[in-house]
Amino acid sequence: MTGQAVIARTGSAPAGEGDVAVRVRGLINRFGSKTVHEGLDLDMRRGEILGVIGGSGTGKSVLLRSIVGLNTPNAGEIEVFGQKLNALSRAERVKVERRWGVMFQDGALFSTMTVRENVMAPMVEHTRISEALMRELADLKIRLAGLELEAAPKRPADLSGGMRKRAALARALSLDPELLFLDEPTAGLDPIGAAKFDELVRSLSQSLGLTIFLVTHDLDTLAATCDRVAVLSDGKVLAIGPLDEVRKNPNPWIQEYFSGPRGRAAVR
Amino acid sequence: MAISSTRFQVEVAPDGRQVLLVAGDWTVWTVASVEEGLRNTKISPEAILDVTGLERIDTSGAYLIDRAFGALDGVDDPIEMRGDHPTIERLMGKVRKASPAAPPDPIRQPGLIALLDRAGRGAVDAWEEFLGLLSFIGETMATLGRLAVNPRRIRIRSVVAIMEEVGLDALPIVCFLSFFIGLVIAFIGANLLAMFNASVFTVELVGIGMMREFGAVLTAILLAGRTDSAFTAQIGAMKMRQEIDAMRTIGLDPMEALVAPRLIALLIMTPLLTFAATIAGIGGGMMAAWGAMDISPAMFITRFQEVIVPMNFWVGMIKAPVFALVIAMVGCRQGMLVEEDVVSLGRRTTSAVVQAIFLVIAIDAMFAILYYQLNI
Repeated sequence: MTGQAVIARTGSAPAGEGDVAVRVRGLINRFGSKTVHEGLDLDMRRGEILGVIGGSGTGKSVLLRSIVGLNTPNAGEIEVFGQKLNALSRAERVKVERRWGVMFQDGALFSTMTVRENVMAPMVEHTRISEALMRELADLKIRLAGLELEAAPKRPADLSGGMRKRAALARALSLDPELLFLDEPTAGLDPIGAAKFDELVRSLSQSLGLTIFLVTHDLDTLAATCDRVAVLSDGKVLAIGPLDEVRKNPNPWIQEYFSGPRGRAAVR
Repeated sequence: MAISSTRFQVEVAPDGRQVLLVAGDWTVWTVASVEEGLRNTKISPEAILDVTGLERIDTSGAYLIDRAFGALDGVDDPIEMRGDHPTIERLMGKVRKASPAAPPDPIRQPGLIALLDRAGRGAVDAWEEFLGLLSFIGETMATLGRLAVNPRRIRIRSVVAIMEEVGLDALPIVCFLSFFIGLVIAFIGANLLAMFNASVFTVELVGIGMMREFGAVLTAILLAGRTDSAFTAQIGAMKMRQEIDAMRTIGLDPMEALVAPRLIALLIMTPLLTFAATIAGIGGGMMAAWGAMDISPAMFITRFQEVIVPMNFWVGMIKAPVFALVIAMVGCRQGMLVEEDVVSLGRRTTSAVVQAIFLVIAIDAMFAILYYQLNI
C-alpha cells in the first residue's frame, strides 16, 4: 500500500492554489456495507483534461456525482475553484454550480423539449438574456457541439445515440462553463463517431479554455484527449499522471489494462 | 469575482474607419445589458475591434461581437483587432465557424382550422383506438385459448403475485369506499322515504342498489384507476427499456408472459372484490339505518332476507368478470403502446385510466338496458 501511495504522488507536481480546479481530500463513500471510496485524494488542474479510469464498480461515476453534488459523501472535503462545497451557503453554491456543466452518460436530455429548448433551459433559468438571443446562442452551442442545425427543432427521441450525446454536450456548454464533467462520452458510439467526439472535446477545451473531467473506458479517448490520467482502484487514486507515465506503473491492474490487446492498439 | 460593467462604444479612427471599443465582462451573465444596444448599432465589416478594455469573455460575448460585425451574413474575413486579450481571437474563430442559421421550431397553426383539424383527428383516433382494443382482445383470447389447451404454460407464480397486488392490496380501499357509499344511500333514502312513512324501504334501497349496481361499478372504477395505471406503467416501462423486445428475441411471448397473467388475475379477483364491496356497502347502509332510523341490525337482516331475491346478487355479480376483462385489456394494451419517450408513458397511462372508466360505465349502461328488456 505504501508503494502505491508514492506512485500516486508522482506526476501530480505540487500545484499552486490558483491552478487547482477541483481538489478532493479524504473522500469516503459507502453504500450499505460496500465501500466505494476510502479516503480518496485527487487534484485537478485548471485547463487540463483529466481522464478517470478504473474497473467497473471502482466508483468513477460516484466520484463525479460527489463532486457535482448529486451524491453526499460520508466524509471528505471537495473544493471547486478554491471553494469548499460543503461549507457554502445555498446562494454561493448555485454560483459555483453555474461554473460547471455536466454531460450524463445517456445524455439525460429532457424528452419533452426540443434540442434547442434543452440547450436554452439553463439560460432561461439563470440569465436575463432576451429569448431571441437565447435561441441564437443555443444554436451556436448546438453547432459548437458538432450538430447540424436540422437537429435543433427535433426531440431527443428522434435523434440517434451519437446526436443525443452531442446535444447533451451542447446543453452542458449552455452557460459557458469553465469546468466540464463528461461521463463516458464515447460509450456506445461507433469508432468514427467516437474519434470525432474526442477531437471535438480536445478542440473545445483548447479554444474555450475548459477544464474537463472525463470518466471513460475508452482507451482511444484517453490517448487522444487526456492530459493526465487518474486510475481508481480500492477506493483510492492508484496512479495519476500523463498517460505514458501511468502506463509504466507496475500495478498488475494497470499493466493488464494497458497491455491487453485493446490497450496496446490504443496507446501504440 | 466582481463583475465589471459591460459596455461598448463606436468611434471613428483618424483614417475614417469605424472602431468598436468593448470593455468589461462579456459573458453569458452580462451580455443581456448590451444586447439591445448592439443589435441596433451599425458596424461595418471593415471596422476595427478594440479590446484593450475587455476583461472576461466567453462564447456568448464573442457571438454578440461577431454578429455586430455582420459576420453572420456570409462575410468571412477575420476582424482586425487592436489591443491585447488572451482568449478573444481563439473564441472569435470558434464562434465564426459555428455561426448558426437555424430552421425555426415548428409553430402550431392557430385558429379555427387547427381546432377543426384536431377535432377530426381526435374522432378518427377514437375510432381507431376502439378497433385496436377489439383486435387486442381478440389476440388475448387466442392466447388464452392456447393456454387452455396447454395449461402448464400459465405462469401461476406471476398470476398469484398480480392477484395479491390488484386484489388483496385493493381490498381495504374498496371496502372502505363502498361502506361510505352504502351509508350515503341509506341517509338519502331515509329522508326521502320518511316523507311517505316508508323508511323501512331503506333496506330495499340499500340492498338492491349495492347488489345490482354499486358493488360492481365502484369496484370496477377503483380498479380502473388503481390497477390500470399500474399495468400501463409497468408494461410501458418494460417497453421503454426494450425488455419486451428482449422477451420476443428469446422466444417469450409477451402476450403470454405479461398480458395473460394480468387478465387471469383480474378475472379471479374482480368478482371477489365486488362481493366484498357489496357486503361492505350493505354494512354501511345497515349502520346508517340503525343510527338514523332505529332500524336495528337484526331487523335490517330479517327484512333483507324477506324482500330481496337472490337474483339481484347475480345481476350485479355477472358484470364483474366483464369489467375485469375490459380493465385488464385496456391497461395492458396501453402499456404495449408506450413508445421510447417519457411523454408517451404519461399519455398512455392517462388514456388507460380514462378509457377503462369510460368503458366500465358504458358497459354498465348496456347491462341496465339489457336487464330492463329482459325484465330482470
